[in-house]
Parts: sequence; structure tokens; C-alpha cells
Amino acid sequence: MSIKKIHDQQPETFEFSKENLDAAEIILKKYPRDRKKSAVMAFLYLAQRQNQNWIPLAAMKYIAKYLDMPYIKVYEVATFYTMYNLAPVGKYFVQVCTTTPCLIRGADKVVEICKKKISEEENTLSENKLCSWLEVECLGACVNAPMIQINDDYYEDLDEKSTSEIIDSLLQDKPLKPKSFRNRINTAPEKNKIETTTNKNA
Amino acid sequence: MPKIIINGKEIEFEKGMTVLQACELADVEIPRFCYHEKLSIAGNCRMCLVEMERSPKPIASCAMPAAEGMNIKTNTEFVKKARKGVMEFLLANHPLDCPVCDQGGECDLQDQSLFYGFDKSRFSENKRAVEDKYMGPLIKTQMTRCIHCTRCIRFAEEVAGVPEIGAIGRGENMQITTYLEQSMTSELSANVIDLCPVGALTSKPYAFEARPWELKKTESIDVMDAIGSNIRVDTYGWEVKRILPRLNNEINEEWISDKTRYACDGLLKQRLDVPYVKKNGKLEKSDWDEAVGIISQKIKSLSPSEIGGHVGDMASMETIYAFKILLEKIGSKNYDFREKKFYINPQDKVNYLFNSSINGIEESDLIILIGCNPRHEGTILNARIRKSFVKNKTKIYSIGNPGDLTYDYTLLGDDLNEIKNIFEDKSKITQEIKNSKKPIFIVGESALELKNGSYIFEEMKNYLIKNKFISEDWNALNVLIQNASTVGALDLGLYNIDKDNNFPFFDKLEKNHFKLLYLVGSDNLHIKKNNEFIIYQGSHGDKNAAIADVILPSAAYTEQDGLFTNIEGRVQECRKASYPPNEAKEDWQIFNLISKNLYNTNLFSDLHSIRNIIFKNIPNFSEIDHLPIKKIKNEIIKLNAIGDEKIAVKPIDYYFSNSIARASKTMSDCRNVLLDIKKNGTNN
Repeated sequence: MSIKKIHDQQPETFEFSKENLDAAEIILKKYPRDRKKSAVMAFLYLAQRQNQNWIPLAAMKYIAKYLDMPYIKVYEVATFYTMYNLAPVGKYFVQVCTTTPCLIRGADKVVEICKKKISEEENTLSENKLCSWLEVECLGACVNAPMIQINDDYYEDLDEKSTSEIIDSLLQDKPLKPKSFRNRINTAPEKNKIETTTNKNA
Repeated sequence: MPKIIINGKEIEFEKGMTVLQACELADVEIPRFCYHEKLSIAGNCRMCLVEMERSPKPIASCAMPAAEGMNIKTNTEFVKKARKGVMEFLLANHPLDCPVCDQGGECDLQDQSLFYGFDKSRFSENKRAVEDKYMGPLIKTQMTRCIHCTRCIRFAEEVAGVPEIGAIGRGENMQITTYLEQSMTSELSANVIDLCPVGALTSKPYAFEARPWELKKTESIDVMDAIGSNIRVDTYGWEVKRILPRLNNEINEEWISDKTRYACDGLLKQRLDVPYVKKNGKLEKSDWDEAVGIISQKIKSLSPSEIGGHVGDMASMETIYAFKILLEKIGSKNYDFREKKFYINPQDKVNYLFNSSINGIEESDLIILIGCNPRHEGTILNARIRKSFVKNKTKIYSIGNPGDLTYDYTLLGDDLNEIKNIFEDKSKITQEIKNSKKPIFIVGESALELKNGSYIFEEMKNYLIKNKFISEDWNALNVLIQNASTVGALDLGLYNIDKDNNFPFFDKLEKNHFKLLYLVGSDNLHIKKNNEFIIYQGSHGDKNAAIADVILPSAAYTEQDGLFTNIEGRVQECRKASYPPNEAKEDWQIFNLISKNLYNTNLFSDLHSIRNIIFKNIPNFSEIDHLPIKKIKNEIIKLNAIGDEKIAVKPIDYYFSNSIARASKTMSDCRNVLLDIKKNGTNN
């Protein structure tokens, strides 16, 4: 679960940036004019992107006004979906998959490293406020287990060493590039690469 | 009509009904929590599961539209097992605190668990605990008990029109909360207490007061406004413990306003229970003999024309009639019922009624408000207008700004010219009016109070007659009366109107012409006391009791039988639920006492003899609880506008509008919250 508790320090105001305003107008065009509140989820996502990965109350009020809907309805949506963060998660938001395939392949060790390096508790910012971590359910990359998601990117085929390196790089604000850390190409097999075109059964 | 088979019985149903409604037609009771007739369908509690032929799973009957040839079974093991399963889940997280829960005895969950509950729980984990929310001075919350039926959310959004309650989070972590934990800014907010099927939302002022089976229940009528909402008064001994709504689809449906519901604690406070007489400039306790003696001496010493009488906002028709007879016996015709100088034309009964009827609002296709604020002047009426607005997208216009009415309306302006333009077919909505089939024109007391009040009313009537909007099928002429006693007083003729002067009583009052003024519960009448001898007869020591020379304690509306005519002209009976405190008497008995002292005869032998005469005196009276007979006279009075005037909707101190409400602690709490919200602002 993501952070559903409202952060106690809220910014006073929120407004979409120039780019997001343009993006918002494009999103609005997808819906009939009298159904414009359908855009609420996309708007919340925009707000989250703009505000360092979390949505302040001011943004909900702003969106409610923008879409002519009651504030409580925006609040309901924001609290319902787990991928909206309602409190700061840092510049680098680490989501560790701990569902069965990842766990079999050692996700618990990844969690241990996160605990050691970022913060003892989930959903807590690291000391330098750059990073926080969270256990999540399956992120759909079971072939490359174990894996973590940092902001939008998947870091796959991890072990203790590579995880440590990644987290260290985050904490120094110099993140490594996302990739398979056993140097696989996408989900291709590591050894005995068989070209699919040569496979008779393909 | 299509047919459906329910438990082997074939039933005809109307198209568009749900399976649950069809089952009700077949007299089969379906348990439910989230479904409510007056709200939209949510289908989330799953308690109403029934078996449908050819469906492998049970279906939620409240959300399933009934269709031709469906075969529904509600009494099979399959259904029972399904409902038991649902109930087990509901109870998994529901605390077992019925002994300390105020809903106990009238709780849907309690009742239904009797049939579908298990005797012990298989849920060995910890129960979920939820923080209680603050929802204002009326609603007490115990959110751990909530079963997430979302009735309160739907009510706030659909009926009250203040979308301030919502469900946040999801699954086990779902919680019901209000906007930033503030009280609801609605005059209908306390209806969520009735809607809540469990004890999550209970009544704060009534908390731990009584159990439902201990209370005596009396079906009665509300007098806080002129709508005549049907209520049930629950009493414990003398005390009125609470007031609940009674279903009447023609008036209040299932709702009552917060004032109706919670002003009742004012019935316990500030009561006048013994007669008072002013001695050496101070009111002192006295007894009936002395008080009545002083009054009759005073009356004998004055000429009848120097005696004036006024009845207040909550007087029953019996009181009004008996008072009129008493004054006429004394020889005075100086009586009135108005608290403010608003224009009336009582020549024709349609001139002071809400002729379109409250149900008619839903049929209407255009509503024009003239100088009225239905939200405060008739809260239940406003809920109907909102219903019409939501259901039929009825266009609503207002002349004079009433503020937030919980629905969208177009403000045409607040100038007299706006009305003139309509009458002269020059307005921008003229075409819209002409095209509409069933328009409603609602004129409020604020408009009738203007110098041009008579012009607005008479010309409006002429305009409607000209456009054929006043007929026996549809009457678009509506007056929004504010006080419960007003229509009754008009019906019984307790007014004094000259042909060219609508306010002779007020003229005399302002010139301090009266030597003796007899006030029957009139607290909102502004009196500049000079030398008058003032008799105050009423239930509460309020504004005008303070300036009285003799105080006669009488019964409040819950303590005596009485008839009240609501704004539609519907005569309804308010029944005695309690009895007058201490030495206080019913109003007609007091008039009898005075008559006995003055003339040695009683005015009336009993209340029923007054009632029988009243029935004969009410114009166009049909039957009790029914609308009056429709008679259209269409007399035309031509008037010209005097100068230019702004139509301002006079604000009402909603929670403090009468003496009972002013004595009520709950009402003053509500008022303070409202003032606080106004000061700090809610809308960002």
C-alpha cells in the first residue's frame, strides 16, 4: 500500500505548470464537455508528476475547481488508488516487488538492503530526503525477478551487490541507468540464445 | 404489463422496476442495507441477494432490473446461505456493542442478524477500528460501526445537494468522512441519522437519552415552518425526547429539516408554567384567578376599539378561532396574524396558497422565484425543487438574490423592472414562459413586504390569468408563506383589512393606539411599547413575554391537539403528545376562563365543538389531510407600480426563527457553527 495518510505539512497553493496546463487541455478534449470530470485521474497523475511524486491537498482542490466537481470526490479518487502518493516520497521512489516469483528469487534481500540503506520503515524518507522505498505487489516483470521500480523505470535481475550499487547511486543523486543487471536483453535468455526465427516451433 | 414469477407466484410489474421492487409487490420482504427508495441504487451491501433461474450465482435484487419471465426465488436454502455469508462478512468488522449503541432496538443490522446471523464468529483476527469523525453538533459518529452502505453519501449528494460526505480509501481501509471533518452545511443534514442502517451515525442531542421501546409515539405535524411536515413525536413522560419524520409522499417524503427535528429540546427550557403578573414594575408569580381577574377588569375599563389582538407563528386553528370569537365577543375587530407588513389579498383562497402543490413541483418545467429563499423559508419545499432540478433538469430563475439554494438557478436581477418586463412580455425569458406547459411562480413574503408588494402580487396574478396558467388543472400562482399559523389564520379570517389599506392593525400598533394588546404566542411581532397593557399568552418566556404586564402560560404545539393548514391549504392534525407543564393550560381553555370571568359563560364546551365549527368556516375545505377543492374565480385587480424598488430577499435567522428554536440549545449550537463557517469561509 502506498501512503494513504495525508501529509501534515501541506503547501498552501498548487497550480499546473505551463506544460501541464497544455497537457490538461489535451486530456480534456478526450471527454464530452459535460463529462469533463472523467479527466480527474489523468489530472491527479499530472499533479503527482509535477509535485515530486506526491499530491498535496491544494492540488486536489485545484483539480476540483478545474473540473467543476466537489472536492470530496477528488479526494475519494486520490485516496482510492494506491499509485497516488499523498505524502512526499522523495526524488527517487523505490518500489520493491515482493510477490512470489520475485520473493523466490531473493526479493527479501533487496528489502533488507533498502531497510539498511534508505530507511528502517517503509514510506519514510532517507536521511538526505532523496529517496524512500515501499513493498508492492507484482509489477509484472516476473521473468526478470527480482526487480525494483524506481520512479518510471524497471531495474531488473537484481542481486545483493547490484541492489546496493543502485541504492547508493540514488542516495548520491547520480542514478544508474535502468537495465537488466545480469546483462540480459529484455527478457531474452542469458545463455544459449536461440533466435526465434530459427526455431521451428515458433 | 410484464410478468415476473416470485416464489412460484406470478406478479405483474411496471416496466423499469427492479427485482426488489417487484418482490415488494408480491409482499416478499427482502433484507437490505444500501438500497433506499428515495436514493439512487448503489448495490454494494449484497444483502438483498435472491436466486434467479438460470443464473449460477445469486443476484443483487436491488440493482437487477426486473424482466419479463424472470423466475425469482427468495426462500430457498441457496438464498439463505448467500445472505448468511454476506451477513458474516458485515459482522466480521462490526463491533458487538449493541448494549451501548443508540441504534439498539431500531437497528437494521440487529434485526436482520436475527434471521441471517451466525451465533458465533469465525473471524479470529482483530476487528478493524476506525477513528470517529466530527460531523457537527447534530450527528454523533461511531465509525467503527459503519458497514459502508453509502446511504449518507448519496443523501448528501442527491437530496441535500451538498456533496460534502465521501468514502475515502478502499477495501478494509474505507472510511466515511466529511469535507475536512466539518459539519454539513445543509438544513437537512440530520436525515442521515435516519438513513444510517446501523449505529454509525446517531443523534448527538439524543445520545443515551432513551431506548425506542420506552417512548410513547405520537403522530403529529410540524409547525416550525408552513410546509406541515409529518412528524412523529417521541415522548418519555412529559419530555419530548425526539422528533422523527413520518412518510408522506405528498409533503415531506421521508425528510424533515434540522429545525423540525432538533428544536424540540427548546420545549423543555424557558417554559412559562405559572401565570405572572407585573407588580411594581416586576413580573411576579401569580395564579390564574388573579391574572384573569386583572385582565377582565382591564377589558371592562376600556372601550373595545382600544383592544388589539395578535396571534403568533405557531398557533393552531382552534386557538386562532377561539381567540377571534373572544375578541369579537369583547367587541374588537383589531386583530392580525402577520409579524411583518406583507400584502395579502384574502378575497380568494388561491391568493395565499401554494397552488401548484408540493408534488406539482416535480411536474413543473419552469420555476420562477420572486423574492423568496425556499432553502430557509421552506426547507422541504427546497428539497423538492432540487429533486425536480436533478430529475427533470427544470430551469429555475430567481428575481432577488437568495444565495446558495443547493441547485443552479439563473439570477435575473433584483430590480422591480425585471418583474415588470415579465408582465409586459419584454423579458428575456418571456418566450420560455410562454412555451412552458406547467410553470411555477413562487412569490415570497420578502417581495410582498415591499411597497410594491400589492403590485407584484396582483399583476402577477393578472399575467398568469392572461396566459391561462391559472386553471383547475394547473395553477402557477404560488405564495411561499413562512409561518405555520398563517394559512389557518387567513382561512378563519383573523385579519383586519380595509379596501385601500392592508395594514390597519399595524397602523394602530405603530401609533400606539391600543390600550390593551393581547398577544397569543407572538414573539416575532415588533412592538414599541408605550403605555399599552400587554397580555402575553404563550409557552415560552421569549421576546414579547418580557414586556408583558400579565403572562398566561399555555401549551406548546406538542401539548395540545390542533389543526394546521399548510402552504398548500392542506388541513392536518397536530396531536397532543405531552401535556402542558405545571399550571399551564391549553389555549382554548384560557379563553374560556376569561370569557367565564367576563360574561359568566364558557365560549366552548370542548375542543371538538371548536373543530366542528372550524371545518364549516374553512373556505373550499375538502377533507382532512387533503388538498382544498379547486375553485377559480379569476378576479382582476389592476394596480400600477410605485417608483423603483430593489427586491431584496430578507435573510432569516434560520435556527432562531421562533420561540421554541430560540430556547433550544441544539439550535443555538447549529447557529454558532453556521456563523463560524460564514466567518471563516468553506469554499476555499
